[in-house]
Amino acid sequence: MSEAMQPAIELVALEKRFGANQVLRGIDLRVSPGEVVCLIGPSGSGKSTLLRCVNRLEEPTGGRVLIDGENICATDCDLDRVRTKIGMVFQQFNLFPHLCVLDNLTIAQRKVLGRSKEQAEAKAHAVLERVGLAEKLHEYPSRLSGGQQQRVAIARALAMDPRMMLFDEATSALDPELVGEVLNVMRSLAEDGMTMMVVTHEMGFARQVADGVVFMDAGVIVEQGHPDEVLGSPRHERTQRFLQRVLAR
Amino acid sequence: MLTSRQRGQLVRYAIYATTLALLVWAATTTDWAKLQEHFFDPKIFWSLFPDILTRAARNTLIFTLFGFTGGLAIGLVLALMRLSPVAPYRWAAAIYIEVFRGLPALITIVLIGFVLPIALQVRVPGTYGPGSLALAIVTGAYLAETIRAGIEAVPKGQMEAARSLGMSHARAMGSIVIPQAFRVILPPLTNELVLLLKDTSLLFVLGTTDQTIELAKYGRDAVADTFNGTPLVAVALVYLAITFPLTRAVAWLERRQKRAVR
Repeated sequence: MSEAMQPAIELVALEKRFGANQVLRGIDLRVSPGEVVCLIGPSGSGKSTLLRCVNRLEEPTGGRVLIDGENICATDCDLDRVRTKIGMVFQQFNLFPHLCVLDNLTIAQRKVLGRSKEQAEAKAHAVLERVGLAEKLHEYPSRLSGGQQQRVAIARALAMDPRMMLFDEATSALDPELVGEVLNVMRSLAEDGMTMMVVTHEMGFARQVADGVVFMDAGVIVEQGHPDEVLGSPRHERTQRFLQRVLAR
Repeated sequence: MLTSRQRGQLVRYAIYATTLALLVWAATTTDWAKLQEHFFDPKIFWSLFPDILTRAARNTLIFTLFGFTGGLAIGLVLALMRLSPVAPYRWAAAIYIEVFRGLPALITIVLIGFVLPIALQVRVPGTYGPGSLALAIVTGAYLAETIRAGIEAVPKGQMEAARSLGMSHARAMGSIVIPQAFRVILPPLTNELVLLLKDTSLLFVLGTTDQTIELAKYGRDAVADTFNGTPLVAVALVYLAITFPLTRAVAWLERRQKRAVR
């Protein structure tokens, strides 16, 4: 984590409140370019909300989000343009069921980035190859397994040539035997230097792949650091208890 | 004692027997000769063709097509207004829907055809203009709620995924959410189309010319001319000849879609 580099993602005093319920209570976090940060914590700790604030799918009620140094909470910020730089992968895949895989991958390239049909399709081929599903080009999402659907969803995000990727519990909705194929794609992305924020329950993945692990509880960051520290020898009692429960399963 | 299955069987046989008895009674009581004379006179029946198709049915279809296309446009706009974060849009749409769903279609047709020209000095142009507009306004009110339900049935994640790819709200609606919503509402949409087709029979209040006469009015005029009910039977058959293939076609479309998607 080099301090000199401008962070790809920087959260400053971020707050999010749903009515009387304060979900995020002042979060400060920096993610450097090429860094992989895993967010862990009990359910309801605010980690998914935090991730969704990074591309403002969730509107922060306080603080700032800076993407490549640009404050995307500013009123004059072109949010749609910023979002093309931030790929997002959802727990429920959210592929477009009325479009075949190819169209899922090309629609935003063409309508948002203005790429030609040929450019968009060439890109779609390349990213599908990358997630190992080149032969599924003309299938509809409903004909694919959960793991395949999630890999297509990753490919759809990659087709936009994003500068960073957000993963919101990308493997939580998958049957256990399908988790591996998705984690492998995520691992290879990390190895290629993609900036990633990953909300996950996969402690093995966090330990092996992450550059930094952030443990959240009750809307605050309790502890963060190298995976060996946070996962291997957690300093805070709340982290210790959480890890005991998770690893005991 | 009877088992519940045997009891069920007994009830079913009783229903069959009663129905059959009623049918036999109706068939034996009916004066078939008189019925045929008044409602199935082949000479009168065939004298209506091809005029009943080339003029009356054609006009009914034209009014239906214009009314439905206009109704879809109005309904879509109203549905989006109902879902808007801007409160006055929601209110305006809600009032429109309440008013035009609450009024009998007949009254709305009179409003557009007679009240509007007198009040605002505006006459809707075109031979089919006033009738089509009135039907579109009524259909729009019904379709608005159907379309809104369809849009709300599309999982929230679809909009989120589209937005996360950099699509604007309008683009995501148009390319991702609305196409899926229309798949969901295809059956109720067909229902509305059939209802509208039959509502064209109310357009007689606007006064019909040879140019705009639709099926129902055509039938009633023919009844008055011939002093015979046969034209009504002919008209009924033409209505069914239109609606039956329509509902079959949509059912087929639905089945095909279910196979393709999910």
